[in-house]
Amino acid sequence: MEKEILGNIHSVESFGSADGPGVRYIVFLKGCQMRCKYCHNPDTWAKACGSMDAPKEGENWQRAKDVLEKAKRYKAYWKKNGGITVSGGEALLQIDFLLELFTLAKKEGIHTCLDTSGNPFTTEEPFFSKFEKLMEVTDLVMLDIKEMDAKRHRELTGQDNANILEMARYLSDHGKVMWIRHVLVPGVTDQEEDLLALRDFVASLKTVDRVEILPYHTLGVFKWKELGLSYGLEDAEPPTKEQLERAKKLLGIA
Amino acid sequence: MVEMKEWDGFDGRLWKEEINVRQFIQDNYTPYEGNEDFLTGPTESTNRLWDALQKLQKEERAKGGVLDMETKVVSGLTAYGPGYIDEDLKDLEKVVGLQTDKPLKRAFMPYGGIKMAVQACETYGYEVDPLLKEIFTKYHKTHNTAVFDAYTPEMLKARHNKIMTGLPDTYGRGRIVGDYRRVALYGIDFLIEEKKEDKAKCGSGSMKGEVIRLREEIAEQIRALEGMKEMAAIYGYDISRPAKDAKEAIQWLYFGYLAAIKTQNGAAMSVGRVSTFLDIYFQRDLDKGIITEEEVQELVDHFTMKLRMVKFARIPSYNQLFSGDPVWATLDVAGTGVDGRSMVTKTDYRFLHTLENMGPAPEPNLTVLYSSRLPENFKKYASKISIATSSVQYENDDAMKPEWGDDYAICCCVSATRTGKEMQFFGARANLAKCLLYAINGGVDEKTGDQVGPKYRPITSEYLDYDEVMERYDDMMEWLADLYVNTLNLIQYMHDKYYYESAELALMDTNLERTFATGIAGFSHVIDSLSAIKYAKVKVIRDENGLAKDYEIEGDFPRYGNDDDRADEIGVWLLKTFMDKIKRHHTYRRSIPTTSILTITSNVVYGKATGSMPDGRKAGEPLSPGANPSYGAEQNGLLASLNSLTKLPYEWALDGISNTQTINPGALGNAEEERVDNLVQVMDGYFDQGAHHLNVNVFGKEKLIDAMEHPEKEEYANFTIRVSGYAVKFIDLTKEQQMDVIARTCHDHM
Repeated sequence: MEKEILGNIHSVESFGSADGPGVRYIVFLKGCQMRCKYCHNPDTWAKACGSMDAPKEGENWQRAKDVLEKAKRYKAYWKKNGGITVSGGEALLQIDFLLELFTLAKKEGIHTCLDTSGNPFTTEEPFFSKFEKLMEVTDLVMLDIKEMDAKRHRELTGQDNANILEMARYLSDHGKVMWIRHVLVPGVTDQEEDLLALRDFVASLKTVDRVEILPYHTLGVFKWKELGLSYGLEDAEPPTKEQLERAKKLLGIA
Repeated sequence: MVEMKEWDGFDGRLWKEEINVRQFIQDNYTPYEGNEDFLTGPTESTNRLWDALQKLQKEERAKGGVLDMETKVVSGLTAYGPGYIDEDLKDLEKVVGLQTDKPLKRAFMPYGGIKMAVQACETYGYEVDPLLKEIFTKYHKTHNTAVFDAYTPEMLKARHNKIMTGLPDTYGRGRIVGDYRRVALYGIDFLIEEKKEDKAKCGSGSMKGEVIRLREEIAEQIRALEGMKEMAAIYGYDISRPAKDAKEAIQWLYFGYLAAIKTQNGAAMSVGRVSTFLDIYFQRDLDKGIITEEEVQELVDHFTMKLRMVKFARIPSYNQLFSGDPVWATLDVAGTGVDGRSMVTKTDYRFLHTLENMGPAPEPNLTVLYSSRLPENFKKYASKISIATSSVQYENDDAMKPEWGDDYAICCCVSATRTGKEMQFFGARANLAKCLLYAINGGVDEKTGDQVGPKYRPITSEYLDYDEVMERYDDMMEWLADLYVNTLNLIQYMHDKYYYESAELALMDTNLERTFATGIAGFSHVIDSLSAIKYAKVKVIRDENGLAKDYEIEGDFPRYGNDDDRADEIGVWLLKTFMDKIKRHHTYRRSIPTTSILTITSNVVYGKATGSMPDGRKAGEPLSPGANPSYGAEQNGLLASLNSLTKLPYEWALDGISNTQTINPGALGNAEEERVDNLVQVMDGYFDQGAHHLNVNVFGKEKLIDAMEHPEKEEYANFTIRVSGYAVKFIDLTKEQQMDVIARTCHDHM
């Protein structure tokens, strides 16, 4: 008998409205390798210590089937527009679970959306063939591009961005619809040359349906303190209206 | 069949054969599927009058909440000469008529209780004419005195210990919606003729008590109808005949309502379902080309302005229960017909549009009778207005229509009655949270130590056992239901006798159906407490007398408001159990018992009087309002919370299940269009699953905190929020209640 695949769930939100088209049921998975300085969910970073066979205390392992059943309780709210979004943490770190969940959801005609930073993406196996399969059951990919400049990306997130941009190109080449999102932190991720580079990059992609700016906010700062982490962006402020407008103009979405 | 020249151009027969406004509407209204582009802004007259009124409202607030009070004249239909918003602007007023001779001046209404009428005046520094005091103490009994004459010691004790609170024994019971449309459609003379005929037929040959009472009541109604004619004549109008055009229709209808608010100070004085009716008159004149859209909107705006001016003199304890000076001038729009057609007309848009033309306001209590099958354009417009003003509530037409037909109106906050055919006996609420504590303490009040309930064996174990608690709770609820129904029987009897609503009932059928509206407070806390006892361990902390005073919870337990059946099913059980117990009792005038899960702002007062609960709520903290989950209980977002509510069958709580939700604008979506669409989807999903009611607030907590700290800011003068079953200007709430609103869950986005 094949082993049952479980997902390590951080939390769920029954009403998401900015995380894909329409009304979304959001599943937040645990674990992320990126260490973005502005992260508002650092509590989702840690990967499970336990495993699906031997969960540790406080860990929430669930079967895809059960996650879907819970999500379906909100079908009445998706009638015109909506569905399931899997976010994180980094959802792609649990690609087996994700694949199973989206496969089951698609069988029921539910819209599926993947919210990812692209960080785990690689064309190496065994990841890549799973990813190809996943894309068959994913209606929309929301891809966060934190920074275009490789060096600054590394400074900001602790990780490279080459594979992330590669993933965007792959999606474009394979006709997968995506939303590109960029978190705007004044003084950190709002440099003119980077935003223009992002604009050029997006223009080179064929399947971008929407480009969104996510204004930086400080609602997650308290979590850093709770986790005993020091917050590196103490001085950063949420963008003003003017700063937002400027960024939108630079990105060509004003 | 009667024919009147004022009816030229109207279709149908049946409504001419008998008084039947519903049939008139069905035969003549024009459904509207288009969008809001036809709407027009405020006219010059509207702006000037509204400015004048706002100035008065400011003065009223500066004077501590009351602008002026009557101390020498007893309110009545013809107690005053004409009154206007502003003498200099009176020619601009397209709809006229005030409760007294001056705007916002509060009438002297002693019939509900002379003590309260006097106290209300004294609270604001007014001295009532001693002669009036003498008359209503020595020579004419009032409702309040009569009720206290008849109360049993047990009732007094239960009332004093606040296991029953907010009972209409110190104020008018309200919740009776006269069919004010009848004045416009038929004219007063026709209505008098019908009543005379009813009286002639009433009780041929058998003068039993109920026949004698009804004959006297009809006589009172006829007298009220005559009085309405005189009242209108004071303003220069002859309402003995039907209204002949748009302006007369809305004016006649308003005179009907004005008669009600001149003679009664009920907690809820609702206007009813008038938009589709009025639209027929507006459309007839628009078709004839004798009125413009601007003029129609002006009529609606001026009528609405009048509804924003309704005031009553209240005592401080009343204001604690119903904070912010509400009158529940509830006015309903939309809904669908039994034949499946949408009843949305252009006038349903026009009423919502008053919130744009004159800004947000708590009154009239605008209520959208919602169905996912309403025209998309209308749903979007309502959603847009909600997002901009937080002044609208929604009730499920698909749930109510099978029970009440397609001409029901909301008679207070959330409960439906069939217009003109049914009246409600309002009965406040029983505190089922406190009742659970009585079950644990053997009928002894946890706050006062009084033996209020029957002296059943208290629970003495260190840890609460679910089965034992349930058994005791069932017994204690049995006692409470019995006492509560009997108390209400007594109150309603006296109200009929000493404070009969002759003006409202004159505009209704003589042979009425009656509902007997009970209510539940503390709903979520009972559920969570029982869930804690069942799924976690609850240790009892007792004082030196052995009285359970506090509880310690060990472990997790499911809480109501997370779409978790384990908790939600306890709620369903609670509702059914209480309702079944209520139903078993005799109810006054063969009324049909119903119940509500609705607390208004009284959740704060109830909470103050209720000790610590096994769910972790501490003594004195507010109960959660209505059927809302407890503060902080909702862990899975808005829709999980809504889903919990959808499990409560409306059929078991026909008086209404109130739910108030606050959503941060950002959590509804990024762009305005998305927010509008998402809110529509939320309501479609919620109501399609059978839920009854939703108050929609769209703002963030920061705004509330800023408004509390800076009430003087211009932007907060009309800042309106929805609380349990009504809307209120936030700065008019007491500090305590402001804190309570701020403490409630705001669905945010992280």
